[in-house]
Amino acid sequence: MSEKVKRKSNTKMVPFPSRSIVPERDVGKRPVLECSHLGIDFGGLRAVDDFNLTIGETEIAGLIGPNGAGKTTVFNLLTKVYQPTSGTVMVNGIDTAGMNTVQANKLGLARTFQNIRLFNQMSVEDNVRIGLHNQIPYSMFSGILRLPPYWSGERRQHEKAMELLSIFHMENLAEEKAGSLPYGAQRRLEIVRALATNPRLLLLDEPAAGMNPKETEELMDNIIRIRDQFKIAVLLIEHDMNLVMGICEGICVLNFGKIIAKGTADEIQQNPEVIEAYLGRQKEDEK
Amino acid sequence: MKKTTVSKYLRRFLPYLIVIAAFIVCQSMIKTGAMPRTTKALLIPVCVYIVMAVSLNLTVGISGELSLGHAGFMSVGAFTGIVIAAYFREAFGAPEAVQLLMAIISGGVLAGIMGVLIGVPVLRLQGDYLAIVTLAFGEIIRNILNCVYISIDGKALRFSFNRPDLPGKLLFRGPSGATGVSRIATFTAGFLLVLFTLFVVLNLIRSRSGRAIMAIRDNKIAAEACGLDVTKYRMMAFVTSAALAGMGGALFGQNYSTLAPSNFSFNASILILVYVVLGGIGNITGSIIAATVLYVLPEELRAFSDYRMLVYAVVLIAVMLLTNNVAIKNFLASLRGKGSEKSERKDGEAV
Repeated sequence: MSEKVKRKSNTKMVPFPSRSIVPERDVGKRPVLECSHLGIDFGGLRAVDDFNLTIGETEIAGLIGPNGAGKTTVFNLLTKVYQPTSGTVMVNGIDTAGMNTVQANKLGLARTFQNIRLFNQMSVEDNVRIGLHNQIPYSMFSGILRLPPYWSGERRQHEKAMELLSIFHMENLAEEKAGSLPYGAQRRLEIVRALATNPRLLLLDEPAAGMNPKETEELMDNIIRIRDQFKIAVLLIEHDMNLVMGICEGICVLNFGKIIAKGTADEIQQNPEVIEAYLGRQKEDEK
Repeated sequence: MKKTTVSKYLRRFLPYLIVIAAFIVCQSMIKTGAMPRTTKALLIPVCVYIVMAVSLNLTVGISGELSLGHAGFMSVGAFTGIVIAAYFREAFGAPEAVQLLMAIISGGVLAGIMGVLIGVPVLRLQGDYLAIVTLAFGEIIRNILNCVYISIDGKALRFSFNRPDLPGKLLFRGPSGATGVSRIATFTAGFLLVLFTLFVVLNLIRSRSGRAIMAIRDNKIAAEACGLDVTKYRMMAFVTSAALAGMGGALFGQNYSTLAPSNFSFNASILILVYVVLGGIGNITGSIIAATVLYVLPEELRAFSDYRMLVYAVVLIAVMLLTNNVAIKNFLASLRGKGSEKSERKDGEAV
């Protein structure tokens, strides 16, 4: 915990390039994600409008906002579940226009889901092995004929899966069915599975939903540990303000599909527009 | 600890063990003359229907896509096999084993190609489109075959559409199908084909590709987010399933002296689907047992000709009730529990 606080005090947001902010240590490195003027229409509804966001190479960023603000839509735009009607998304300097979800994943975007989407009929280890699918490949024919690539591939997948599961101390659950795990463990397994795809940017959609305060505390430490160990950036959507204010270096506030504030935790807490979005307008203003 | 690994391996190789044990029992019964001739005639069709059920289970159970045209792939394999076997016999005078092998390989390849042709446009879509298209495929294949004439003239195969006046010896004559097939299928060949099918399907399921296929079945959106190419793996399951069905069909074709396209109607596809569903969707061992029992049963009940289908229907209903009804399950568990107290306590814990 103390280590975490120290880390936060060492970071300072700096402008990069114009109107964008990243932590100081990431300046001069290529940002992992650059969105400019990103937008999408659903019929007549502009669900996300003029969304600009830059995330540094090892930044932990937060995306917050009231219900229905368009946070998950932003995730779906980034991972190409939806194709944007305007704007661009650059991942690691590569434009993702026209790509599909699979290609976006191969570029280094991995995500978890708000309503957990595990492979329920499969074991915990097999869920992680699906994440490793493109990392440790061997052909269908070596699989059927049990050729040497099969044996070495399976062994490496097993070792790597166990190593990843050990982040959340879940090695002993490897044989369990994923669908029978408790809620918190399912959320953690989703993060492990996303990590297994070797991402540059990890998108977490409400990772602490349904967790008790102790589990949330552990999750905060683990997110920071993952960032340090894998040298990746994290963008998370979360309603738990302790988590967001505790670990996010840059926070972006979304309301009605538009960014209303960007900055560090302290700046966001002081911002009158954010307070208004969450708590409503003060009475004096109405008069 | 050791016990669990033993039971794990036992469960892993259970389908092979069942098939090998059944083969040994049948062979010894044939050798000692204990098997009646009517039952002996069922052995090859049973092998074929096991292959059909296991391969359909790959599409329906493992890949989670409904296919209603499995008999269509079977007929493609059967008639390709008949033509190729006759070609190797007439043109090269090849021995029977080679004829049968070539028939099975060519039947599998052509059915696999048909699977690719259907899969490429359809497997990109979501929902029940595969069921609709495979249903149509089965009917289209049957109707096309009704118009095809094939003959062998020296070393050349001749094809025509709607014109029976081909030179040489007619192998396949439209609606009346193939006649004068040399019946080279053997029970051993059927047994080996079942083992081959199990080898392919089980090894596929327990590999990287098989896990991808099951992941797509469980949750397509999450599978895409993990970087799995959904169409590729659906294709893999569907084409493998079609090719195996073609191989089963090729063996089936060599078991009868005459075979008409009308043998592979929509009802034949549904029959195979019934084996898969009653054996348990995704359960390979279940498919083997269901195909055997449900194929043999109506044939053995021929003695009670009037009540045959009635008993068959009652058995089907009983299987559905027994496998799903909680009350009956508990009743059976309590019957078993009388023998050993341990298992009863275990059941109690589970509840």
